[in-house]
Amino acid sequence: MIINSRFFDRSELIGFIALALLLFIILPLTLDIFRLNLVAKYLTYAFVAIGLVLCWGYGGILSLGQGVFFGLGGYCMAMYLKLEASSVANTKIQSTPGIPDFMDWNQITELPMFWKPFHSFPLTLLAIILVPGIFAFIIGAAMFKRRVGGVYFAIITQAIAAILTILIVGQQGYTGGINGITDLRTLHGWDIRTDHAKFILYFVEVLLLFGCIVVAQFIRLTKLGRILVAMREKEDRVRFSGYSVANFKIFAFCVAAVFAAIGGALFTLEVGFMSPSFVGIVPSIEMVIYTAVGGRMSIFGAVWGSLLVNFAKTSLSESFPQLWLFGLGALFIAVVLLFPGGLSGIWQDYVQPRIDRLISSRKPKSGNGWADKSVADSAPAE
Amino acid sequence: MFGDYSLGDLGAIFAMQGFAGLILFSVYVLMALGLAIIFGQMGVINMAHGEFMILGAYVTWMTSNAFQQYLPSLFPGYFFVAMILAFIASGALGMLVEWGLIRHLYKRPLDTLLATWGLSLILQQAYRSIFGAREVGVDLPEWMMGSWQATDTIQIPINGMFVMALTILITIAVSYVLFWSRWGRQVRAVVQNRVMAGAVGINTEKVDRYTFGLGCGIAGVAGSAFTMIGSTGPTAGQLYIVDTFLVVVFGGAASLFGTIASAFTISQTQSTLEFFLSGSMAKVITLLAIVAILMMRPQGLFALKVRK
Amino acid sequence: MLVGHQPKEFLLAVEALTVSFDGFKAVNDLSFYVEENEIRVIIGPNGAGKTTVLDLICGKTKATSGSIQFRGKELTRMKENEIVQAGVGRKFQTPSVYDDLTVFENLEISYPRGRTVFGALTFQRDAAVRQRVEEVAEMIFLKDKLDMYADLLSHGQKQWLEIGMLLIQDPDLLMLDEPVAGMSVSERAKTAELLNRIIKDRSVLVIEHDMKFVEDIAHKVTVLHQGQILSEGTMEHVKNDPKVIEVYLGH
Repeated sequence: MIINSRFFDRSELIGFIALALLLFIILPLTLDIFRLNLVAKYLTYAFVAIGLVLCWGYGGILSLGQGVFFGLGGYCMAMYLKLEASSVANTKIQSTPGIPDFMDWNQITELPMFWKPFHSFPLTLLAIILVPGIFAFIIGAAMFKRRVGGVYFAIITQAIAAILTILIVGQQGYTGGINGITDLRTLHGWDIRTDHAKFILYFVEVLLLFGCIVVAQFIRLTKLGRILVAMREKEDRVRFSGYSVANFKIFAFCVAAVFAAIGGALFTLEVGFMSPSFVGIVPSIEMVIYTAVGGRMSIFGAVWGSLLVNFAKTSLSESFPQLWLFGLGALFIAVVLLFPGGLSGIWQDYVQPRIDRLISSRKPKSGNGWADKSVADSAPAE
Repeated sequence: MFGDYSLGDLGAIFAMQGFAGLILFSVYVLMALGLAIIFGQMGVINMAHGEFMILGAYVTWMTSNAFQQYLPSLFPGYFFVAMILAFIASGALGMLVEWGLIRHLYKRPLDTLLATWGLSLILQQAYRSIFGAREVGVDLPEWMMGSWQATDTIQIPINGMFVMALTILITIAVSYVLFWSRWGRQVRAVVQNRVMAGAVGINTEKVDRYTFGLGCGIAGVAGSAFTMIGSTGPTAGQLYIVDTFLVVVFGGAASLFGTIASAFTISQTQSTLEFFLSGSMAKVITLLAIVAILMMRPQGLFALKVRK
Repeated sequence: MLVGHQPKEFLLAVEALTVSFDGFKAVNDLSFYVEENEIRVIIGPNGAGKTTVLDLICGKTKATSGSIQFRGKELTRMKENEIVQAGVGRKFQTPSVYDDLTVFENLEISYPRGRTVFGALTFQRDAAVRQRVEEVAEMIFLKDKLDMYADLLSHGQKQWLEIGMLLIQDPDLLMLDEPVAGMSVSERAKTAELLNRIIKDRSVLVIEHDMKFVEDIAHKVTVLHQGQILSEGTMEHVKNDPKVIEVYLGH
């Protein structure tokens, strides 16, 4: 498909190989299963972050509601696992056997309609993609067709994240409430709690992650990727070049939503539960910061950002719980103020040139670095 | 569902429910006024707005403690001192933040959002480290406790009335400053055409700093007022921020009247719904309605049609 | 005037066009007609509504009432991208190019193929695209700058690039908003040469303040004042119209 350039340029190829080595070989060989499972948990956020690179970094659409899609994907998976864990044999002490325990505690006597499709694994897989995808499409179509963008879009997506959280917490008979859906055991009869299963799930996840990286890179390299950049800078010029800007924004937003949902579904599998605390405003904005730290224009940066921020979070909050919020807050400010290109921007501007100089004396590339360019934000809604 | 109540009871319930809505309205107006200045006039998305409010609340709490300990005779009037201190503390912090952070980001509105979110995390943790994780409440002076017996069945709490009166006063003061004072004209001049305002001799940097400070100061006063009707914790600000933004955006960001009208609409909708539904569902439906209306009318309810 | 002609003979027929912003009528009951291959220049004092007229034609602003017929299609009911696809191209007053893309990519985005989401995903940079991009780049004096990022171009070069982006669309009606504003003298001469070359085989609607430039290219001039037509005709006619002299030279 790609004829105008190679799929990865030299530095991207190095990034790709380095990441593959790390995730496929180094980490599985050096970490115990507990730590490897932690890495798997961090990587579920990388799916969200890659989606945000396309949607925010390239398209200039800042969504503060990615937790919604992460949560929808996660809840779809959790509902399937919960139904499997709530077989009549397992739940015979309940007043209504065969339904999830929290429903029984809330005096619900029959499985609600919207739970029924989640008896089927294929339908569940379909729902993980379609439910968030269609939801994103509806939000995107409603907003972008009416030219709601920039700051307004960010605030409205944030409100949607708040609404969904309140709804899940409030309707505990149907959703498990604040505790979420817990006590998940098997996937299609296969116990996901064993070390062996966690090991296999880790590799499944990394494979899917590389799948998403390749899809994102493909989109980036097509004309659509360049239109996203063009739209971010001069939306009107794109519109008056004959494009329906709204459709392209909807596309980017939906892709980001589906990536987030895949991450969410994997999160449920890796961690063994899903709860509203991964849906709301705070997790959603943290997902944005993973992307910003990695570099909002870099697909690989998004993965590194998710890994490093989460690693820092775990180790800091284990040893200095007080310091963690100070650290995270300072990180937000520092990245935005000093390094808007994130880690990948630092790499491109400071590390890469030195490596290039060491390796050879090729002429420098034309200025595409972050240091000499202000970050373009999309204008507020009209 | 009304079968158990007599007609008189129902009237009393609706009156008190309406009054509860009015208190919520006051709360929304107080929260939104500062943000309407910062976001509506300057276009800055200050996600730490809630934390500036909480600062005002903590200042009030400290003042109340200080009066109890050192000036018990003056305790009935401590609140007025506390309010002024809250304004100064939040305003000063606001100006510091503008100088250190916001002024570098005027051309990148979405980045302000991220940076001020970072700031809000730092402030939250600072409150937790200084004041502890538990919520604190102030002691009300005697005259503010109890309620006013309007009829046999209708009781109206005095602290609620006080907050409402305060809201009206602050709103009038803010409108005066923004629309009739020389300084307010400078603010609006800078908002409309920064380069031109600079060219006619307005110190735009100073105007920016004081505008942001004023918005934060009002947030501090709002926080101070909240202590009269509820307690304060380190993360309380975060609970308000989305609501506050929705109030401002829903009203049409640049219009002060719109902010007040939208605060009224939202608070009355929510408190009326709360009578029929659980609190969380009332909230969900109110928020959903706002989001749906904003999708249809992104410029907000009360924005003027302008030529771009 | 042109009363009595059948509208369908014209490429563009603007009739009784009105737009009001909060009661202020920026364009008021405006009618004018542009023929095939005509070069029409709109002049007028600041605030006369010139840019608003272009905004109305290309769909950026919605008309309050009136009609805009382009090749028999009613533009007031169409979306911006549909208007472009119908053959109307618009250049903005300030150069509007994509700074973070190369000159080649800027031109390629305007190439009229693959304008849907799916089309953009499957778009191939084939020989036809390359050839056309290079052809246009040569016309706009940027042939040796194809791989340069657009933010490194000078102001004049950006103006040319945007004109090139319109050329590659091959519109039937080209609308230019002050194409030589802010250009150096030599850039101005080159732009006039460029415009003279590209206005063949199409109609052009230009807003311009530079009278020398207007005299050079205009077939016909429309003078706008307070949203209405003050005078219309050849440059010679307009220049000697006492109403125009009054407005331009003051009281």
